[in-house]
Amino acid sequence: MTDRVSISIWFFIGISLAVDGALILAAGVYQLLSPPIHPAVVLFDLHANVWWGALLLAIGLIYCFRFAPKRQA
Amino acid sequence: MTPLTAMIAVPTQLVHLSTVDVVIIAFYFALVLSIGWYLKGRANTGEDFFMAGREMTAWVAGLSFLSANLGALELMGWAGSAYQYGILATHWYWIGAIPAMLFLALVMMPFYYISKTHSVPGYLKLRFGESSRALSAISFAFMTVLMSGVNMFAMAKVMQIVLGWDINFSIWASSLTVAIYVTLGGLRSAIFNEVLQFFLIWAGALLIPILGLYEAGGWSNLKLQIAQRASEQYVHLWAGLGSFNNNPMGINWVGIVFGLAAIISMGYWTTDFLVVQRILAAKDIRSAEMAPIIGGGFKMFVPIIVILPGLLGLAVLPEKLVPESVAAVSGAHSYNDVLPLMMARYFGPGLLGLGVTALIAGFMSGMAGNVSAFTTVWTYDIYRPLINKQGTDHHYVNMGRWTTVIGVLISVGTAYLVMQFASIMDYVQALFSFFIAPLFGTVVLGMLWKRASSAGGFWGLLSGTLCSISMWTWVKLDPAALRYVALSPHAKGLAQDMYQALWSFIACVVVTVVVSLATKPVPEAELNGLVYGLTEVPAIGDVPLYQKPLFWAALVAVVFVVLNIIFW
Repeated sequence: MTDRVSISIWFFIGISLAVDGALILAAGVYQLLSPPIHPAVVLFDLHANVWWGALLLAIGLIYCFRFAPKRQA
Repeated sequence: MTPLTAMIAVPTQLVHLSTVDVVIIAFYFALVLSIGWYLKGRANTGEDFFMAGREMTAWVAGLSFLSANLGALELMGWAGSAYQYGILATHWYWIGAIPAMLFLALVMMPFYYISKTHSVPGYLKLRFGESSRALSAISFAFMTVLMSGVNMFAMAKVMQIVLGWDINFSIWASSLTVAIYVTLGGLRSAIFNEVLQFFLIWAGALLIPILGLYEAGGWSNLKLQIAQRASEQYVHLWAGLGSFNNNPMGINWVGIVFGLAAIISMGYWTTDFLVVQRILAAKDIRSAEMAPIIGGGFKMFVPIIVILPGLLGLAVLPEKLVPESVAAVSGAHSYNDVLPLMMARYFGPGLLGLGVTALIAGFMSGMAGNVSAFTTVWTYDIYRPLINKQGTDHHYVNMGRWTTVIGVLISVGTAYLVMQFASIMDYVQALFSFFIAPLFGTVVLGMLWKRASSAGGFWGLLSGTLCSISMWTWVKLDPAALRYVALSPHAKGLAQDMYQALWSFIACVVVTVVVSLATKPVPEAELNGLVYGLTEVPAIGDVPLYQKPLFWAALVAVVFVVLNIIFW
């Protein structure tokens, strides 16, 4: 009998949110350190991509750890 | 529910993506293909491929049930409707959805689930016989796949307009991806991607109302600004529905309550196999009942990411959006641009990629939903009973895989056909709407009235459908006829949908009752498990109150009533 890895849908969601969150956070931090002279968006000073990216990353990581793939006999 | 032709004529590219945005979109495509690849080993039997093994939890089935209706065109179309009509558009998310979802959960789902049917036409076969199934299955299968093609073209056009993408690239990239992951993983793959889409849509769209309310100065200030720029009626759900000419939609409360809530939404949420299929995949009857309730609970909050951005657009966008017909001539932005415009207003690099990914995910999962429903109905309700009754389970799974590919190709063909003849869009949408209300009448009578006979079911379904087609044709040939269909000279377009559904439902019910009473009833022994009063619904078990579907349905109903009162 071979073992197979069972991956929950919630793990895929965790991966998705974590990767997207990390990329958005990175883009936000870059803009924070090198702000554009003429911001293209309204409310740029709120740096939404920093805190929204961090939030998605945190939720994604929680899902990844909580629903990490398990080996089933 | 939103006129698709209204989506296709926006003049200029709205947003420009950065590298990180493109990476986020590419990652989404890689992830959905990975999910399909991972699930390919779990779609070997008919039960696995067509019904996802009937092992979905209430949460997965419920979110998938909701997501099947949360497509990108729905999001953009209803955000545009909120800009155009104000908060009245919320009716399609509250009274036009919640009562129907609760009715499905508590009244209809036990019959669907106990009968172990693979589909809604399959239930009609058990209840009314082969002719009713054939009528329902053939109309559903072809309308679904044509609708998928229409949506595909509309979305490709939106991508061209919003992002500047080549229309052929959008059509083929999305359709090939959907074909691969549904062919590999079947319904389970479609459901997984719908749940993923649900999270992406919230992650990608929730920031708009947060930042928008911050900019507008809160809800109270937003209402004041809308009253100044449009009308005070734009922020009232019910106050202007006393008459047709007292609200921006040109409809009255009778149309909303009896047309939208009692017929159209009941028909859509309880008999459209595209959404019901998700619930049939639930692992047990408690999950099957809880799934629509969970879906309803979240549905009540979807206006936060759809209606609120439209209302915020009214208040904060410097330009005045216009109807599509005006936009096509003037070059201004149309109502349907409000969601991408709000994204462009607030979303910097990364966030924009997530927002666009949410739209693409909504579109692709909607297409996957159409294709998986088409595949099941074709294989189980058309091919097996009418063409090849002797096939093995393996044969039908292979037929399902091939039908998935063929369904996608028909959709692509329809998309290119629509590209040549745009008016086809409206005809296909109209065709789809012809069947919803009568089908609801037939199914609900079949479940609740044991005297309904096989002949009554068939002729009722056919009469209701013909009634709907006749009224639509009448108004198409003579627009002034709308005053008779909707019973008011002040009625506008949306009122036609509501009243057309109402009359076709009544026609279906009347014919079903009359023909049933004049023909031989179905023996009661054959109705066990199919009809109220002759079916013993299995007890959910000795579970705590908080695990009972009735408790959560009551809670959702209370919140629903409170929300309607707050925004009266």
